[in-house]
Amino acid sequence: MIKAKEKPLAEIIDMVKDFQKVLIAGCDGCVTVCEAGGFKEAKVLGSALRLFFTQEGKQAQIDELSLTRQCNKEYLEELKEKIDQYDAVVSVACGCGVQFLAEMYNNKIIYPGVDTCFLGVTDDRGIYSERCQACGRCILAETGGICPIARCSKRMLNGPCGGSEGGACEINKDIPCGWELIFHRLKTLGQLERFEKPVAPKDWLSSRDGGPRKIVREEVQI
Amino acid sequence: MRLQYPTNIRIIEVPCTGKVDIIHLLLAFEQGVDGVMVVGCLEGDCHYTMGNLFAKKRVNRVKEILDRVGLGGERVAMYNLSSGMGGRFAEIVQEMTDRIRELGPSPIRKAKGGAARPTGEVAAS
Repeated sequence: MIKAKEKPLAEIIDMVKDFQKVLIAGCDGCVTVCEAGGFKEAKVLGSALRLFFTQEGKQAQIDELSLTRQCNKEYLEELKEKIDQYDAVVSVACGCGVQFLAEMYNNKIIYPGVDTCFLGVTDDRGIYSERCQACGRCILAETGGICPIARCSKRMLNGPCGGSEGGACEINKDIPCGWELIFHRLKTLGQLERFEKPVAPKDWLSSRDGGPRKIVREEVQI
Repeated sequence: MRLQYPTNIRIIEVPCTGKVDIIHLLLAFEQGVDGVMVVGCLEGDCHYTMGNLFAKKRVNRVKEILDRVGLGGERVAMYNLSSGMGGRFAEIVQEMTDRIRELGPSPIRKAKGGAARPTGEVAAS
C-alpha cells in the first residue's frame, strides 16, 4: 500500500495560519493503515491547529472528517455540500487524494497534510519499508519474488554490484543488499541457475520514463 | 497514610496508561486544563507488558505538539509509580502543581473567556 508520513506541524501551521475556516480531510484507505492520515490523525491535527489558533487569540473553525477514499470521485462528492463553508482544506490523504480533491474542487485551496513516501509494507506497527516502485512491468517471477528495482539502491537488473558487504548495501549498512536477498531466496528455492541467465535490459517506458501513466480497461468500464 | 496533596487535581482512572491516546491529552488541553500528568506503573511492571511504555511515547509526542502550538510541552508529564507508592504520588502531584502554578493558567482557558484558575488542573490515571 501507499505509505506516507505526517508533515511537520510547523509546515501545516504555516499553510493555514491566515485562514479562518479549515477542513482536515482524512482518508480511510492506505494512509489510515500507516497511521499518517486517517480519521484519528485528522482529529489530532485538528486539535493541534485549534490549540494553535486559540493560543494565538485567533477565531478559527477547524473541522475534521474522513472519506472512505480520496482517490475515487464518488467519495469526494460527499464533500460537495460542505466544502464551500471552508476557506481551505488540508487533505491528509496521499498525493493522489490531494490532487484528485484539488481537481474536483477547482476553486478551493487544498493543502497536503502528509508527505507521501512509497509503496511498501508494514514491517511492524510504525515501521514501514519500500517494496515496489510501480515500474509498470513486474519481473518478480525472474528474481525470486524480491524486486531489484525497489530493493537494490542502484536498481541493478543483474546484481549484486561490488559495493555490498556482509549483506548490507554500500549506501547504508541498514539497507540489506537486494541482490543478496535475491541470491539467498533463489538458493532456498533451488533456482540458482537463474543467476546464469542475465536479465534483459528493462524497457523503462512503462515506468516514469514514458511520462505520466494511465491504464484503460474497457472490459470493466460502465 | 493520611497524606496531604493539592486538591485541585481531577483524577481520571483508566485501566492502563496504554489506553491514553494523543487525542485524549490534546482534547483535555482544548477544554482548558492547565496541565496533564499521566501516571502509569513502574517501567517493566506493566500488567499488560507495554502499556506504560506506549503512554510514554505518546506523552512525548504531545509535548512536541504543545511546544509547536505555543502552549509549552512542560504542561504534560509522565510519571511511573507502583500502587504502593502513595507517598511518592502525593509528592509528584505537589511537584506538578508547583510547576503548573509557575507556568500560569492555560492560555486556552483565558482565550476562551473562562476564569483563570490559580493552579494547575492535573489528570492522573
